[in-house]
Amino acid sequence: MSHSETHPQVSYLEYQGKYKGILGWLTTTDHKRIALLYMYCIVVFFFVAAILGLTMSIEKMRPGQDIMNAQTYNGLFTVHGIIMIFMIVIPGLAAVFGNFALPLLIGARDVAFPKLNLFSWYLYVIGAILAVLSQLLKGGAPDTGWTFYVPYSAGSSTNVIWALTAAFILGFSNILTGLNFIVTIHRMRAPGMTWFKMPLFPWSLYATAWIQVLATPIVGITLLMVIAERVLHIGFFDPALGGDPVLFQHLFWIYSHPAVYIMILPAMGVITEIFPTFSQKPVFGYGAIAISSLAIAFVGYFVWGHHMFTSGISYWSKWFFSFLTFIVAVPSAIKVFNWISTMYGGSIQMRPPLLYAISFVFLFMIGGFTGLFLGALATNVQLHDTTFVVAHFHYIIFGGMGFAFFAAIHYWYPKMYGKMYSDRWAYIAWGFTFVGFNLLYFPQFIIGVQGMPRRYFDYLPQFQWGHMLSGFGAFILLIGLILMAWNLIYHVKRGAIAPANPWKGVTLEWQIASPPTLENFEEIPVIKHNPYWFGTEEEIKREKKSVTRNT
Amino acid sequence: MFEGASNLAAGVDRSFILILAIAVFFTVGITAFMIWTVFKYNRKKNKPARQFTGSVTLEIIWTAIPLILVLVIFFYGWKNYAPMRKVPADAMQVTAIGRMWEWSFDYGNGKISKILVLPVDKAVKMNLHSVDVNHGFFIPAFRVKEDVIPSYNNYLWFIPKFKGEYDIFCSSYCGLQHSGMNTKTKVVDPADFTLWLDSLPATGNIPDAEGLTLLKNTGCIACHSLDGAKLVGPTFQAIYGKKHIVITDGKEIEIEVNDAYLISSILDPGKDIVKGFNKGMMQPYRDKLSDAQITLIIDYLKTLTGK
Repeated sequence: MSHSETHPQVSYLEYQGKYKGILGWLTTTDHKRIALLYMYCIVVFFFVAAILGLTMSIEKMRPGQDIMNAQTYNGLFTVHGIIMIFMIVIPGLAAVFGNFALPLLIGARDVAFPKLNLFSWYLYVIGAILAVLSQLLKGGAPDTGWTFYVPYSAGSSTNVIWALTAAFILGFSNILTGLNFIVTIHRMRAPGMTWFKMPLFPWSLYATAWIQVLATPIVGITLLMVIAERVLHIGFFDPALGGDPVLFQHLFWIYSHPAVYIMILPAMGVITEIFPTFSQKPVFGYGAIAISSLAIAFVGYFVWGHHMFTSGISYWSKWFFSFLTFIVAVPSAIKVFNWISTMYGGSIQMRPPLLYAISFVFLFMIGGFTGLFLGALATNVQLHDTTFVVAHFHYIIFGGMGFAFFAAIHYWYPKMYGKMYSDRWAYIAWGFTFVGFNLLYFPQFIIGVQGMPRRYFDYLPQFQWGHMLSGFGAFILLIGLILMAWNLIYHVKRGAIAPANPWKGVTLEWQIASPPTLENFEEIPVIKHNPYWFGTEEEIKREKKSVTRNT
Repeated sequence: MFEGASNLAAGVDRSFILILAIAVFFTVGITAFMIWTVFKYNRKKNKPARQFTGSVTLEIIWTAIPLILVLVIFFYGWKNYAPMRKVPADAMQVTAIGRMWEWSFDYGNGKISKILVLPVDKAVKMNLHSVDVNHGFFIPAFRVKEDVIPSYNNYLWFIPKFKGEYDIFCSSYCGLQHSGMNTKTKVVDPADFTLWLDSLPATGNIPDAEGLTLLKNTGCIACHSLDGAKLVGPTFQAIYGKKHIVITDGKEIEIEVNDAYLISSILDPGKDIVKGFNKGMMQPYRDKLSDAQITLIIDYLKTLTGK
């Protein structure tokens, strides 16, 4: 409180604590600054991994060796996967927008443990440095794929141990962030904000945080077991030493499937914030969306075996995992229906965040529906380990989590920097990104159905047309991403001053200055309504009556 | 379009079409609805937003309909998958061996081929064996795939329905030349298949004859060598038909090794001792080997001609 009294007008970007300049950032415990620290790291690594992806696409535009050899290619898809999965999509939305918006949305001055929050970021940086070192050190980039399947990963002579250690440390960063968010949500909601008056992005972060805390330790110990296997030849997984290679796959996916929900739940949460704001209308089915987040998080624990239908697991375990995989599809469907119903009857203003949100729903549907092909046992046999899977998870992770990230940055940018970007350039960047994305990944569904296996450096000529289109798509996509980044970076300094509430949002972050002051709220607000309260009291009463009449 | 190259293809393709129809219907419908709402309820029309917050009826409807649809898909996918795990008893057995980075196919009796030749319209069970890391055995045209994992006895089966050549890929990442680990399967007339198999030279390990397995498992060859070396007992090399001096009841007599002598020596080894060896070294095998097993052993000993 004393800070905000002495510096009532100073934003968190200008506020000067004990240290100036860069040191002020590196020692900050402010959740908004930590969010930006995460974002800058993530954006840099994202472009590195995206360029690695582009070079793979170029290599594959023609069969045979063009710009790199097979070992380089195998290292590239491993590195691309490790950076994208462990350093971008798993921490991404929670660490950046969770950190930035969670305290604002629940009316808090910071997260529960600000120092732990900064420590999590340092762990992230240490993990990231190790991951980058694993690429550069003598021994060569790891070539196991981001899944580190044994026995291959137990024997590969590349820097597998570095990459495993990196993933292990990044996991701890995640666990601590999750813990921080759980405590924050339990203890720091503004007075009057009951669980069911909490906005839905915090709800999704809450479900995510539990997965982070409970599931991440499993992959931690699994990665340590692979290290022990390599160094001490214990024989957990290597059949030559008496181990079981499929045990690794179980342990790996017990974490890594719930990890998909760590990626996608916050994305769904972001989208749930955007639809009501741009429709000027309460979110449709608040309770259904909140509960479905928890349902996804819970059932998502029990579907890992669908990554292993062809690995020789028992007949009835396949039955069980396939069944549960289909059950977990239902809460996602419920969310989609609620999102589109939120727009129905609204006063819709098309702005870049909404366009990205609508694109998210479209791409996420394609990703989700193609998941049904993989969850069904008969079709899984044909599609497993083909480029169909590659296309499917890029539609979910990039089309889903990635586009939600783009939606989120366009949504909260005015709050973060107090400036507006150019809508026009945002639409142009969207056009390139959306067209490039679909051109890059959609052909891979088709060649996947035809039998093109994944992780192939070379391929038979009948698959060339698909790889060729993907290559062009990759170029277009990268142009879109560069335009988007330029639009956002350029306008941090030169954009028009953003008002406190540019989108007419009703959640708490729009009721304070853009950018917020260090401690967000001069006075902690007292919550009386549900979080998406757009109309006057009379309007809402009238609407309730007419709905009752209609039903 | 359901005339697949294998007996299993139609089931996979029917499941695929079912899911595709549902997916396209909802993706197009929901996308069209979103675009329609953006125009219909655009803020430029200056109509205030209606402030309704939900509908229990609708929530139930759009929980129930997806639930029913996914259960139908699940059931259909399982129903068409179940036959893939039910191998007919008369299926021909071939072992696919995966190693970094090539396939080979073991037809038994040491006959190993780099391409998979199969008779048309005949069920074949592929036993999947890896000598190093994980591989994946994948024939897209037949809609079959199963991982090849060291120490696991994975398998798959199918009936090729048409003559022709089809690609075989390794589907599970296995290192440097993963993408080069492909070969062909050639489906031919049964008569051509027999001709091809007969002409295939036996280059691999020929499995032990049953008699030899018995000799090994019973422990015989610990004392009786197969190569002529003198161990505790006389060698088995070229034993059948050989003339031996034996000591029976303290007298030296010459006998020719025949079925009767061998049976007697197995059941009652102390009776006739070959000169130069000691009595009492070998236990009687009267209750340990059946007559049928003894016959197999003798048949095998007959083949040890020493040449």
